[in-house]
Amino acid sequence: MEKLISIDKAVSKIQDGATIMFGGFMANGSAEKLIDVLVAKNIKNLTIICNDSGLIDKGVGKLIVNKQCTKLIASHIGLNKETGRQMTEGELDVSLVPQGTLVEQIRSGGYGLGGVLTRTGIGTLIEEGKQKVEVDGVTYLLEKPLRADFAIIFGSVVDKYGNIAYHGSTNNFNNVMAAAADITIVEAEKLVEIGELLPNHVVTPGVFVNYIVN
Amino acid sequence: MDKSEIQDFIAKRVAKELSDGAVVNLGIGLPTRVANFIPDGMAVHFQSENGFVGLGPAPDEENIDKDIVNAGGQPVTIMAGGCFFDSATSFGIIRGGHVDLTVLGALQVDEKGNIANYLIPRKLVPGMGGAMDLLSGAKKVIVAMEHTVKGAHKILKECNLPLTAVSAVNLIITEMGVMEVTKDGLLLKEINGEYTIEEVQEATGAKLIISENLQVM
Repeated sequence: MEKLISIDKAVSKIQDGATIMFGGFMANGSAEKLIDVLVAKNIKNLTIICNDSGLIDKGVGKLIVNKQCTKLIASHIGLNKETGRQMTEGELDVSLVPQGTLVEQIRSGGYGLGGVLTRTGIGTLIEEGKQKVEVDGVTYLLEKPLRADFAIIFGSVVDKYGNIAYHGSTNNFNNVMAAAADITIVEAEKLVEIGELLPNHVVTPGVFVNYIVN
Repeated sequence: MDKSEIQDFIAKRVAKELSDGAVVNLGIGLPTRVANFIPDGMAVHFQSENGFVGLGPAPDEENIDKDIVNAGGQPVTIMAGGCFFDSATSFGIIRGGHVDLTVLGALQVDEKGNIANYLIPRKLVPGMGGAMDLLSGAKKVIVAMEHTVKGAHKILKECNLPLTAVSAVNLIITEMGVMEVTKDGLLLKEINGEYTIEEVQEATGAKLIISENLQVM
C-alpha cells in the first residue's frame, strides 16, 4: 500500500469534531505543515491531545488561536496566553494532566493495556474521581488509556514505509502517539527510500504509520 | 543583594548538594542557575524531561540546532555521552527513581514537606507539566526559592494552595538559610550570616527547630 500522499489529501480525511493527538513539545518536533493546512481548512470542534498548547504562532497553538478546538488535554499551557484566555472565558475545555501520566495514558492506548498505576498525583486534585488501587501495600491511581481518531506526528527522517528516526529532542510524544490512533499521519522532514534508513536506527516502526506527507 | 545576586547565592548553595555522577533535573527559573556552579572536576548528568540526558549550556547564535531544546523550548546543547529518548522513557527515568536529585521552585512549602507550585485557582493556571512526576519519583527534592514573596510567607505550617505533591520535599534552600524537612518539623541547619535567627523565624510561617550544630551558609 502506498502510504505517501499529499498534505491536502491527508488533511481531507479529518472531519469536524475529530479527536487528534499531536506530537511535539513546545512545538519542537511538531508537524507544522499539517497544522498549517488544518488551520487553512478551518476544521472545527477538535479535541486535541498534546503535551502542551504550543506557542501562539507555532505548533498546536495555531489551531487554538484560530478557535478550532473545543477540548484540550495537555500537561502545560503556560506559553500560549490564548489557551488561558479561552479557558477562562469558557470557550475551551482544558484538562490538565501530569506529563508522565499523559504519556503513559497514550502508551496504554496504543499498546493494548487497560491503563497504568502511578503514584503521581496522590494527595492532589488529580486524584479526584479516580480509582485507587493498592499493590503490595502501596496506593496508586489508576489512569485509563487514551486513544484518538488521528495522530499527527513528526519525523526527522522517514522512509516510504513510515519507519521514523528522530533528530535532537524532536521525538518527545511522537513515538508514543504513533501507536495510539486509528489513523497515524507522519510529516517527514526528510523522506528517504525504503532501505536507506538502517533498521537499527529506526525508533518508531512503520507498522504504526498509515500515511506519510512530505 | 539584588534579585539576580540573591538567585545566584541560592543556586551556589544548592550546587553543594550535587555529587559526582548524579542524574539531576533542574526546574525552570532560579533552579536553572545551579548548572552555573557545578564544582570543578565533578560530572553531573542533567536530565531534560522533554527527552534527553546530558543537557548542556545554551549555544551561541551560530551553533543553534533548531531540533535541540530544553523543556522551556529554548535552544540548548547535548554533552558528549548524552542521549535522546521519547517522553515515555523520560518519565520512566523520572518516576522510576533514576533521577538522584530534582531542584524546583515553589509558591508554598510546608513543614510536612508538602509543596504547591503549579496552580493559583482562577489566577495562575499554567499546568503542572512534569512537576508532579518529578516530585513523586526523584530520590531527593530540593526547593530553591526566595524566602518570602513581597514580604509574605512562602514557608508555612500548612500549604493552602492546591498541592503538587504530598510529603515530597527534603530540603529548602533560600537566601536566609537551609532547612531540612524532618518528622518533627523544619530544622534550620544553616543560616545566612546577614540575618539573625529571629529574623529568619519572622520570615517563616512555620516554627523552626534550630539545629544544635547551626552553621553559617
